[in-house]
Amino acid sequence: MFQARVIPSLLLRGNGLVKTKKFKDAVYIGDPINAVRIFSDKEADEIVILDIDASRLGCEPNYELIAEMAGEAFMPVSYGGGIRTLEQIRRLIRSGVEKVVINSLATESTDLIRDAVNVFGAQAIVGGVDVRHKMLGGYSVVAKSGTVTTRLNLQMHIQALVQAGVGELFINDIDRDGTMAGYDLDLVRAVSKAPVSVVVCGGAGTMQHLSEAVHEGGASAVAAGSMFVFHGKHRAVLINYPKADDLVKVFRE
Amino acid sequence: MISIIDYNIGNITAVVNMLQRLGIACKVATCEADIEKSDRIILPGNGSFDACMQNLRATGFIPVLESQVLKLGKPLLGICVGAQMLGHGSAEGVESGLRWMDMRVERFPSLPNLRVPHMGWNQVTPSQNEHQITKNMSVDTRFYFVHSYYMQPGDPADILLHTNYGVDFAAGVAHRNIMGVQFHPEKSHRFGKQLLSAFAKWEG
Repeated sequence: MFQARVIPSLLLRGNGLVKTKKFKDAVYIGDPINAVRIFSDKEADEIVILDIDASRLGCEPNYELIAEMAGEAFMPVSYGGGIRTLEQIRRLIRSGVEKVVINSLATESTDLIRDAVNVFGAQAIVGGVDVRHKMLGGYSVVAKSGTVTTRLNLQMHIQALVQAGVGELFINDIDRDGTMAGYDLDLVRAVSKAPVSVVVCGGAGTMQHLSEAVHEGGASAVAAGSMFVFHGKHRAVLINYPKADDLVKVFRE
Repeated sequence: MISIIDYNIGNITAVVNMLQRLGIACKVATCEADIEKSDRIILPGNGSFDACMQNLRATGFIPVLESQVLKLGKPLLGICVGAQMLGHGSAEGVESGLRWMDMRVERFPSLPNLRVPHMGWNQVTPSQNEHQITKNMSVDTRFYFVHSYYMQPGDPADILLHTNYGVDFAAGVAHRNIMGVQFHPEKSHRFGKQLLSAFAKWEG
């Protein structure tokens, strides 16, 4: 039986793991290598690691840390942040990640995606899109960790990424980030029309939210940050992940 | 000692990591002698079929692999495209495969609500319960898949494991000392560890 993937999304700032709210107010969570080890022990379906400073500050990916994190993960790992060249992608894959997420650069040009798909295959290249609600309705595509609002039309941008050959899309909703209020199902429905695998992130707080995004929204996979690093209403740090049986139950309902 | 064939494609680090964690000796083969000295072989593979075949050929390792696997009978495990390469060829490309098994590789059909690639975790069912690789497999066994093409052996007796994604297909194949899996055991938690441990003991 095939089941939608449930993916912890881990944010890196320097050598630390952090969690944001609406892409701001980063709170320190702990040691990222330890967090990956716990998620691997808990048999998480997959993880995504996003360096939230790399593109904004123009830094190289932190290869050493990424390799250490990937070395603890007996599940697939995606990495995003600061990717601009094929050589960086080659080095990241050599460091042990399966997929790379290209986000900010793709708002300027999809050339790197096209080249990378030819070299590494579509399964290794994920198109990342950060989305924010416009004041008057609709959505903006935002780059560099929420700091640069582009003029791109969301649907046309997604289409361009698919045409460039990405095997998967990773859609992050800035307005719902860290709120644990549930996914924006209108947005999920809008992006899940894409013909490739679509991962949605931003807003998950409960198992019910995960199931809604898949069953009502049509997402292929669901990602979450806060839900898997916080516990209780005071947001105490606790790395957690649902049991396989509970996931089967919630997705069957 | 297991030798892992590196032909500059994809993520072999993950295979090495899992074998090391299991305490199984392995070495990334950098020369023919590495392959000759090993007692079994893993052939990984990622990306497009033609690129994999071209890169593998460029290593010059195919003749030594043929003598070790086909003549000496050393057990070999192909992973993902590494498994697909064991057959005649693939609907994905024009390159001919290794032809060590009677097998074709087909594309998933276009069906409504069936996203291709098949990307994610799926349960597998043994087609052969007495095989050394499958006999200790737990009933909840699942693996991580990512592929758009699937293996179709000419002889159904060569199917080791099967899975459903729109169609029933061979998730694992085995013919004498040669086996291949479509999924990624190195990225499949304890289920993958169990499979790689079984391969490390398999007599072929």
